[in-house]
Amino acid sequence: MFEKTITELSAALRAGEFSSVELTQAYLDRIKQFDGDLNSYITVDAEGALATAAEADKRIQAGETGPLIGIPIAQKDIFCTDGVKTSCGSRMLDNFIAPYDATVITRMKQAGMVMLGKTNMDEFAMGSSNETSWYGPVKNPWDLERVPGGSSGGSAASVAARLAVASTGTDTGGSIRQPAALCGITGLKPTYGRISRFGMIAFASSLDQAGTMTRSAEDSALLLQAMAGFDPADSTSADEPVPDYSATLNDDLTGLKIGLPKEYFGEGLDPEMEKTINAAVDEYKKMGAEVVEISLPNTHLAVPTYYVVAPAECSSNLSRFDGVRFGHRCEDPKDLEDLYKRSRGEGFGDEVKRRILMGAYVLSAGYYDAYYLQAQKIRHLISDDFTRAFKEVDVIMGPTTPDAPFKLGEKASDPVSMYLSDIYTIAVNLAGLPGVSIPVEPVNGLPAGLQIIGNYFAEAKLLNVAHRYQQQTDWHRAIPEGYDV
Amino acid sequence: MQWEIVIGLEVHAQLATKSKIFSGAATTFGAEPNSQACSVDLGLPGVLPVLNREVVTMAVQFGRAIEAELGYRSVFARKNYFYPDLPKGYQISQFELPIVGRGDVDIELDDGTIKRVGVTRAHLEEDAGKSLHEEFQDCTGVDLNRAGTPLLEIVSEPDMRSAKEAVAYARKIHQIVQYLGICDGNMQEGSFRCDANVSVRPMGQEALGTRAEVKNLNSFRFLEKAINYEVERQIDVIDGGGKVKQETRLYDAGKNETRSMRSKEEANDYRYFPDPDLLPVEFDEAFVAEVTKDLPEMPDAKRVRLIEQYGLKVTEAVTLISCRTLADYYEAAAESAGDAKLAANWVLGDLLGALNKSCLKIETSPVTPVMLGGMIQRIVDNTISGKIAKQVFEAMWAGEGDADAIIEAKGLKQITDSGAIEKIVDEVIAANPNQAEQFRAGKEKMLGFFVGQVMKQSKGKANPQQVNELLRSKLAPS
Repeated sequence: MFEKTITELSAALRAGEFSSVELTQAYLDRIKQFDGDLNSYITVDAEGALATAAEADKRIQAGETGPLIGIPIAQKDIFCTDGVKTSCGSRMLDNFIAPYDATVITRMKQAGMVMLGKTNMDEFAMGSSNETSWYGPVKNPWDLERVPGGSSGGSAASVAARLAVASTGTDTGGSIRQPAALCGITGLKPTYGRISRFGMIAFASSLDQAGTMTRSAEDSALLLQAMAGFDPADSTSADEPVPDYSATLNDDLTGLKIGLPKEYFGEGLDPEMEKTINAAVDEYKKMGAEVVEISLPNTHLAVPTYYVVAPAECSSNLSRFDGVRFGHRCEDPKDLEDLYKRSRGEGFGDEVKRRILMGAYVLSAGYYDAYYLQAQKIRHLISDDFTRAFKEVDVIMGPTTPDAPFKLGEKASDPVSMYLSDIYTIAVNLAGLPGVSIPVEPVNGLPAGLQIIGNYFAEAKLLNVAHRYQQQTDWHRAIPEGYDV
Repeated sequence: MQWEIVIGLEVHAQLATKSKIFSGAATTFGAEPNSQACSVDLGLPGVLPVLNREVVTMAVQFGRAIEAELGYRSVFARKNYFYPDLPKGYQISQFELPIVGRGDVDIELDDGTIKRVGVTRAHLEEDAGKSLHEEFQDCTGVDLNRAGTPLLEIVSEPDMRSAKEAVAYARKIHQIVQYLGICDGNMQEGSFRCDANVSVRPMGQEALGTRAEVKNLNSFRFLEKAINYEVERQIDVIDGGGKVKQETRLYDAGKNETRSMRSKEEANDYRYFPDPDLLPVEFDEAFVAEVTKDLPEMPDAKRVRLIEQYGLKVTEAVTLISCRTLADYYEAAAESAGDAKLAANWVLGDLLGALNKSCLKIETSPVTPVMLGGMIQRIVDNTISGKIAKQVFEAMWAGEGDADAIIEAKGLKQITDSGAIEKIVDEVIAANPNQAEQFRAGKEKMLGFFVGQVMKQSKGKANPQQVNELLRSKLAPS
């Protein structure tokens, strides 16, 4: 049952091949068997999962037909879950149990999904390797010495190792697409605002976007269908119609115009990675797509711009973790200042502190214009690059990451080289566009991802383009050695 | 040295919405601590603000009332600082693009002249919670009921030149927000708060002196006293060869002094930036027209109308319009009475006196405008005299019914039967021959003595005019 897609599982559940309780128990057993090494879950909620699965079985017996009823899923530990610990990968929230569900969680519950547990992640989603988690690093199932990417590393690893049918992620600068690429799965970051942020612990509010981490584009379409749509509790969620994402998966790609930004194939890109990306693009040519070179001239400004905007917002978003009302509080505070200093000093890890410091700095009187305002202007230039490109092409393709998964500890002490691993994904967040990473031919036996970027609210097109490739190839079906089903 | 005083005010008016500015929690004053704070007010992880549309309507109404420029696109910004009663570690406010821009209000000075005071801007923001230091030993309690309550912060230009002008301006703003019904104006409960920026400069100098911001002014009286104290203090500092420091000072009403709270160096760098959780607030002319189409008459217009329509004196009109409910009360009473002047006398005299004495608001007056008007009718039609009317008013106040019922029950009807009055007059003259002789000899003021005696005999019920006429004719030299 571990190799089945959501559509296949759904059919099997309905046909009575096995129940949701059996399916859920099988996944829980598998988590027990493999996750000791992998560390992809922070919390496993066996009791809650089995109870929900039993509910789902009743709904199925009652004839309900939703495609997600009874399907086990893992939720990134950034989404608040009523009654189940939500740590955001931080010591700060190690004791935090939210009194409410995030909108994403509510919608999945309504769709009948079974939550197996909460997945490991970089602390407050700040990281590209899952090494900043208070709960220890997640390992890449393709090579336990390597990182799974981040920040949604636990979500990516759990899906790759078949410890969940699918999972959710969040993507602020590449946190879905980069780990999806490094773990060989399909990761979709929708348009900013497509999915409600309510109940999703904020890192950088103007960039954060929830999305799907699945084995295929087909599964992603089903999940996105449940997650997408306007939410009155999130003023920045988009009041745009939600199309039927599954309906257009098989659309013909003849005449599809693909743009390859020359800036994504330049210096810094591993030649082996370039080769596999080109091979994937050739596959599209065979399907009748046209390929043109385009330019996104401000690409080189994306990383520095992001590292002004995101820390600025995070420095403010993380102010609420002050030891006063919830979360970590130091022992015996002497006075208010001591309470703040020690609670935050003990509760946050180094990377989070680094970003709070950067953010407070760029917003300070005297620096605001030079950094924050300037970054906002460049952000517009970056968006304009894409707007211009989408007048010419339907989708943009390139590598998701410059190279294959790096080793644990390799970049941990060099933040800048770590930040550069998101060089191809960050601009997409700054522009608010949707992007998907799909597995292509591995590089030296390690996963590699093709990033497909679409125009605003063009998720259906992205999933269509991704799905057609997955019908021609089998890279997305590959299972890491040792995790055979 | 002649000093010129320069004052600007920041007024925080709590908007009278049922729910908070960014959450659905109630705003009722005085509830159990933390019983009106939902997950958004608590700043729990993951929650998001959603703007209460009503506050936009109220801010636009205020903007229109002071004929201000409106911010058709305004932006919420975060003001970042740490404090236990500020749950998110930032206050959502407006910074660069406020919802209300430059406007004006006119204030009346003591000499009757009108002075125009500029309003720089008014912006929407959320209130913080309350830290309770006294009730707990060795720790501080935090009540977040007030967190997220909507405020309109109204910032004036430094246009005021005395504490009295500052008070007149504050009262005017108070009047406007109450007239609009967007703020209950209750200063004790903190629904209407003032901070004063005070500085002094040598008369004739153009550059402004260094200002101090004085906080904690929860009545108009304290506003005036605090400014006067602060002005004296600053002049003393300069006269003593010192320099006024830019700082925030707290007014202590008990000691009638201001003391330093924090200096400019200690002030927070608020690191304002646009709040990415909220979209810019945008509206158009049609929206403005819609929300301002039923605006009530504003105080200035009402003052002019009351003077014209009812023939009131300026001072009478000014007092009557000080509060919209008082003006409404007056107009209802005047209509019912049929005598606007007399109605003004009664409302401004006995009614306000009685309200003050029993600490009641006009809304809860036991004497309704119709009751007061009915009583005045009985004065006008000579059923009772003005003096007897005071008794009737007291009885109405005590809940003994309307004027007619009281006059009937207590037998207060005026004696207008000239035969009955004549009988008393004859008796009084006969009983006081000496006084009658003196009057006839030209001692005119003896008439008052006789009137008094007659009124006494009639228990105040004789028609005073008839008494006068009869006495004059009977006492006339034969």
